Amino acid sequence: MSDNLGRIISTLLEGVPVTIQATLGGIALTIVLAFIAGLALLSKSRTVRVISRIYVEGFRGTSEMVQLFWLYFVLPALVGLQIVPLFAGILVLGLNHGAYGAEIVRGAVQSVPKAQYEGAVALSLGPFDRMRRVILPQAVVEMLPPFNNLFIQLLKSTALLYFISAHEITQKGEELRPALPMGDLTVIYAVELIIYLLLAIIITVVMRALERAGARRLGRKPPPRSKVFSSATAGGV
Amino acid sequence: MSEPYSSPSSDVMIQFDRVVKKFGDHVVLRELDFSVKPGEFVTLIGPSGSGKTTILRLLMTLETADDGTIQVGGEYLSHMERGGKLVPADERHLRNQRKRIGMVFQQFNLFPNMKVLQNVTEAPVRALGLSKAEAEQRARELLEMVGLSDKIDAHPMQLSGGQQQRVAIARALAMRPQVLLLDEVTSALDPELVAGVLAVLKEIARTTDITFLCVTHEMQFAQDVSDRVMMFDQGQVIEDAPPEQLFTQPAHERTRSFLHAVIDRAV
Repeated sequence: MSDNLGRIISTLLEGVPVTIQATLGGIALTIVLAFIAGLALLSKSRTVRVISRIYVEGFRGTSEMVQLFWLYFVLPALVGLQIVPLFAGILVLGLNHGAYGAEIVRGAVQSVPKAQYEGAVALSLGPFDRMRRVILPQAVVEMLPPFNNLFIQLLKSTALLYFISAHEITQKGEELRPALPMGDLTVIYAVELIIYLLLAIIITVVMRALERAGARRLGRKPPPRSKVFSSATAGGV
Repeated sequence: MSEPYSSPSSDVMIQFDRVVKKFGDHVVLRELDFSVKPGEFVTLIGPSGSGKTTILRLLMTLETADDGTIQVGGEYLSHMERGGKLVPADERHLRNQRKRIGMVFQQFNLFPNMKVLQNVTEAPVRALGLSKAEAEQRARELLEMVGLSDKIDAHPMQLSGGQQQRVAIARALAMRPQVLLLDEVTSALDPELVAGVLAVLKEIARTTDITFLCVTHEMQFAQDVSDRVMMFDQGQVIEDAPPEQLFTQPAHERTRSFLHAVIDRAV
């Protein structure tokens, strides 16, 4: 075992706050954009649908890293506005994953049985109430598992922020590398993987809790606790 | 099609005037005419897939007619008069029309994200503008009437089909509709739960002045509760008579063979 393990862990942990900030900021922006763009994809207006489709395909179909470089390097050169690395990161993570999320929202809304819409029409509920009070509360429960996936991907994408020198986990690791002997490389990257894994498990635990709450709200049997996570949460619950 | 569509009149609650409905090439309603008087209980019978449910769905504005007009309470349902011409109605007009019409569905269509009480209060609060307290009081009375006072805090999914359907009936009544559409409301129920739902409906028909249009395969119920029964086949009403007459001495051969097929006795 490396003599430098303590130093490696403490340095990498210094990157955790920025990684968490970027993840939470990215998730918040993802949710907002996913709902706006996802509902826009279902709009009666062709124009609205086309605009949303352009956003979704544009951000889903181009490289996240190149988007980041555009925002951080090209845009300042064009308009003279330099963005703080963390904000640039949140913006790109949110815009990118929001595009994926839009399809999750659209799919979940469409998966709510048509009978629910008809029941709401028969009760004279208007289009806004139909969506907000009847369709969306049911659709949101369906969105949770795919959003869990998306948020974990977003977490892992925060490593891209290394390229614009945000002080997150990966960047801390690269900073550490030249200062330590070659033999410690394995340790650095192993610790990095473990930190990402632990953060991903936290996301999953939270999302599973939301899934169970959602199932209860719909009067369904909550999904069974999986063995892996019941042991992971056993200490905290 | 040169004569004008009949003008609204007050002694008619529902008026179909040469209504045509097609699904692709399949003509479901062929210039269908019929009317229902205020407070009447009218049952539609006929072969499965003949378009009986389509008639109810047109009235609930869940489908639009390809031709002809429908009036409810003397007002055009899916049309508006503009500059002396009839044009398709906008969402606002439709929403106002829907307030007078309620529907109970074969599959109940309760909202699973709301508990029983909220299923009944939601639309009166949101669509009629009742206060929450008023809506809850009305909901409690209705749920008591359908025998579900003890299920107020249950999730719809925890109820039997018969209980769910009785909640759906209370929910429709909470809107105080002038017209109530019943779309095969017992077809999805286990046999032992049918009687409870039908008893509730009989009681409502007896004690209110709501106009009913009912599609059902429960011939005994139709006979007991209807003022009039219409035999519907191939896009048209082929026989229209009081139940005692239609069920015992059907005039039309097709009515006779249909009744023979659905009722286990010679008619």
